[in-house]
Amino acid sequence: MLDKTGIAKRIAKEIKNGYYVNLGIGIPTLVANYIPKGMDVVLQSENGLLGMGPFPYEGEEDSDLINAGKQTITTVSGSAFFDSAMSFGMIRARKVDLTILGAMEVADNGDIANWKIPGKMVKGMGGAMDLVASAKNIIVAMQHVNKAGESKLLPRCTLPLTGINCVKKIVTELAVLDVTLQGFRLLERAPGISVDYIKNSTAGRLVIEGEIPEMVID
Amino acid sequence: MNKTVVNADEAIKDIQDNMTLMLGGFGLCGIPENCIAALVRKGVKGLTCIANNAGVDDFGIGLLLKTRQVKKMISSYVGENAEFERQLLSGELEVDLIPQGTLATRCMAVGYGMPAVYTPAGVGTEVAIGKETRKFIVDGVEKEFLMEYAFDAHFALVKAWKGDTHGNLIFRETARNFNPLMAMAGRITIAEVEELVPAGELNPDYIHTPGIYVHRIFQGVNYEKRIEQRTVRKR
Repeated sequence: MLDKTGIAKRIAKEIKNGYYVNLGIGIPTLVANYIPKGMDVVLQSENGLLGMGPFPYEGEEDSDLINAGKQTITTVSGSAFFDSAMSFGMIRARKVDLTILGAMEVADNGDIANWKIPGKMVKGMGGAMDLVASAKNIIVAMQHVNKAGESKLLPRCTLPLTGINCVKKIVTELAVLDVTLQGFRLLERAPGISVDYIKNSTAGRLVIEGEIPEMVID
Repeated sequence: MNKTVVNADEAIKDIQDNMTLMLGGFGLCGIPENCIAALVRKGVKGLTCIANNAGVDDFGIGLLLKTRQVKKMISSYVGENAEFERQLLSGELEVDLIPQGTLATRCMAVGYGMPAVYTPAGVGTEVAIGKETRKFIVDGVEKEFLMEYAFDAHFALVKAWKGDTHGNLIFRETARNFNPLMAMAGRITIAEVEELVPAGELNPDYIHTPGIYVHRIFQGVNYEKRIEQRTVRKR
């Protein structure tokens, strides 16, 4: 079973040279730490920055320079600042190559829910609805099952939707899956996790074809 | 074209109960600290606030929530503001949660003189309920869009890094965020700045918001510029 770091490391392998990438709050933010050295990737922060760098050294925090998670950050060379309309303009115009975000539920048709549990918790959609409605490629980092052991990969989302038919790939503590017209397609297993275990943890339609390899994570 | 006023209290003196305000900032970054403090002092009530977030419990718009001066928030993210979430869930506060890009674009539309815009954000979700939709072909694929109206706010309160007496504004780093968009969108726009200079001192090539959009400007004082999530790495 993968921990958060493991999920982040596996997702980092999906990033290609030359990509502009938007990373959501939570596990997706960790992905930045595992982008292979020497790869030319620009991170977009939707509060108005292209070229997000690592956290600042202690004492060098700048209150004017934060990411979408409100964390203090730095810029890398060649970065650019812009306003929020342009930020979502470049997202809507599909200039951003890859969006990585978290989810509470994903359905086997690619629907995603991640902003609200009616009556209990409201975080708000932030930029997630804009991102999922327009992104060329969306990878979701999420837990396969909740604390009660119930699947979060469902035939239909039960929570209010963030977007429809948009998720392309999912990386969980158990597996890597694609979203296809036939449902979730199992691509890889987490180390030590059996296909049956994944089957039992997936409520939505699950396509299993041939041998399913174990993930390789450095 | 001198738009200078002496301070925040003077700038907001005609903001009345039940008005709609836009407030710039993302989290606590780039928020109009002086204007918020002046609104608390003035005690105006029943405000509708258009702002991406509502600050934290004891800073930013959170200060106006605490004093129950806000009737309604139009925001994209509640996040970690416990008081905001509590007032929302208990129904004490009306909250319209809308996608962040939609929020930004509805401000932008005002400043560009456009009554509405089309966006795919929220299609198929509860955000789309009751909204006019239209299909357009984009990149060869037919796709559904929601029509979203431009906002109408009595006042926009923005924070810039530098400004001049004509109201020209320059923002700094990610403190820019919604500020230039809201600056274009208030029936009356009030800008507070860290450094106010005489007209002519700023390089015209580097102006982010031309002064035509700004009605009042003042030199802000005592900026706290609080950091919400202090994250650092080891040397």
